[in-house]
This record gives sequence, structure tokens and C-alpha cells, in this order.
Amino acid sequence: MDAIDRAIVNTLQGGFPLSERPYAEAAREIGIDEAELLRRLERLLADRVLSRFGPMYHAERLGGALTLAALRVPEGEFERVAEIVNGFPEVAHNYAREHEFNMWFVLATETPERRAEAIQAIERATGLRVYDFPKQEEYYVGLRFEA
Amino acid sequence: MPIDATDREIILATQGGLPLVPRPYHAIAARVGVGAAEVIERLARMQASGVIRRIGAVPNHYALGYRANGMSVWDVPDGRIRELGERIGALDFVSHCYHRPRHPPEWPYNLFAMVHGRDRAEVEAKVAEIARLLGADDRGHAVLYSTRILKKTGLRISAK
Repeated sequence: MDAIDRAIVNTLQGGFPLSERPYAEAAREIGIDEAELLRRLERLLADRVLSRFGPMYHAERLGGALTLAALRVPEGEFERVAEIVNGFPEVAHNYAREHEFNMWFVLATETPERRAEAIQAIERATGLRVYDFPKQEEYYVGLRFEA
Repeated sequence: MPIDATDREIILATQGGLPLVPRPYHAIAARVGVGAAEVIERLARMQASGVIRRIGAVPNHYALGYRANGMSVWDVPDGRIRELGERIGALDFVSHCYHRPRHPPEWPYNLFAMVHGRDRAEVEAKVAEIARLLGADDRGHAVLYSTRILKKTGLRISAK
């Protein structure tokens, strides 16, 4: 990553223009041209420096539900279980963590009912208990990272 | 304000990402079958109502050098959790801070705070700062470091 890549990551974490030529506008702010911004975004996505680029939708505001859930996966079964869990389209993120509760995923569902259904389906498919950690109160969410 | 069928089409067309072409909203409009001005107007409306949190880049924090990502979890008194959660959430190194349920006996923790650092020593120092701040209200805590991203796609809705 060079200084221009870093500027792209730092300035484009929000506030992307809703206009006719948004990349041209954003590029101007960074001091490059539209074609270069498009080329670099393509590379940053291919290299997985960026997970994605676009609108981030809020499951709860869409009338759906969001929860954090965890599994205690026995050693040796981790890959099999990860594949099953990741296969659910409702699983938006999934992380391996060092703890007895070693798999943590975020479920984003279109309806509140679907959340419980998805949890039950994951329990059936994996044979493991899903520990559900729905948010009871939010004190802070800051999603930005400095590159 | 609920979304309608056209909003839903726009979400379907953009949830994998914005097209990397000079006129991305025109590209979406062509797919959805409406005008570009309408796509822009609807996206603006969804942003205003909070259906869209933001439009932009989602960095992979590992790739940015934040190699140590610790979910710190704390058992604090329920009666004081709001005050404590707000104080911890205000720390500049905490990216998310939530009250979540306990699952006793395996899981006694009710306060979750994400702490990111370039290495574990940095995260540990920050966790120690949270512990100092909590004092006697810290009745036990743990730090769960992530070792791998298994999936990171964001919300997906399916075509009806």
C-alpha cells in the first residue's frame, strides 16, 4: 500500500457521493483521476485490503434482526463447522477466536422471525448449541480504521 | 419508513458492492429498470432513514496492520452497566461497546468491548486500562483474540 492507497482507504470509509460521476468527485478530493481511483479500488478489493465497497445496509432498520452468536466447536471439527455456518446467507461475518467459545458470527436476517429459525437451523446442521448474544444496549459503534 | 419493492431491487443490486464503473448509479438503474436519478434519490432517502449506514469502503483491519483484534468481555454489575458501558465506549480505542446477555455458567460476561491493536501487547495494555477504569466493578473478564476471518460479506437479502 502506498500513500495514495492509504488516502483512498482513509477518505472513502463513508460519505461517497450520490452523483452522476461519484468516482470522479472522490478522486478529485484525493488528488488522482477517476480511472486511477477505479483501478486502485479494483486492486484493493482483489488484494482484500478492502472487504467491499458500496452501501452498508442496516438489518434492523430494514425491519430485520441482527445478533451475535457463538459456538464451542470441538477441535478437529472446526473446518467442517465453519463451512456449514458460512453456507448460511444470513451469516454476515464469522470469526475464529481463541477461547472455548471459538467461533463467533453475526447473523443479519430480513425478518425478526428468521433469526430464531436460522439459529435453530444452524444448531441442527452443526449438532452444536448456538449461544445467542443479541444486543441489549449499544454504547458505542465507531466503524472507521486508519490505514 | 419501510422499503418498497424498488428499494429492495436496489439493495439486491448493490449488496455485493457498488459497480466499479464511472457511472455506477446508472449501471444500477439499468439493472433495476428505473432512471439513475431515481436510484440516487432512493439511496439518499435510505441513507437519511438509517437503512444505509454509510456508502464507502469496508477495510479488512488485518490488512491495515491491526493484527491483534481482541473482543474484551466483562462481568460487571447489571445495575451499573449503562454508566460503565458509556464510559468504556467513550475510550478512543474501543470500536464497539455493547450490553449482551450472559449465559451462565459457561458465559458470565455481560459487557462486550472490541479493542484493536497492531499487536497483542498493545491490546493488553488497552484492556488493562479498561480494567483500571472499572476497578471493583470488574468481577472477571477475558479477551478473545480473533485468529481468522472465516467470512465477511455484510448483510445479504435474497431475491423473492
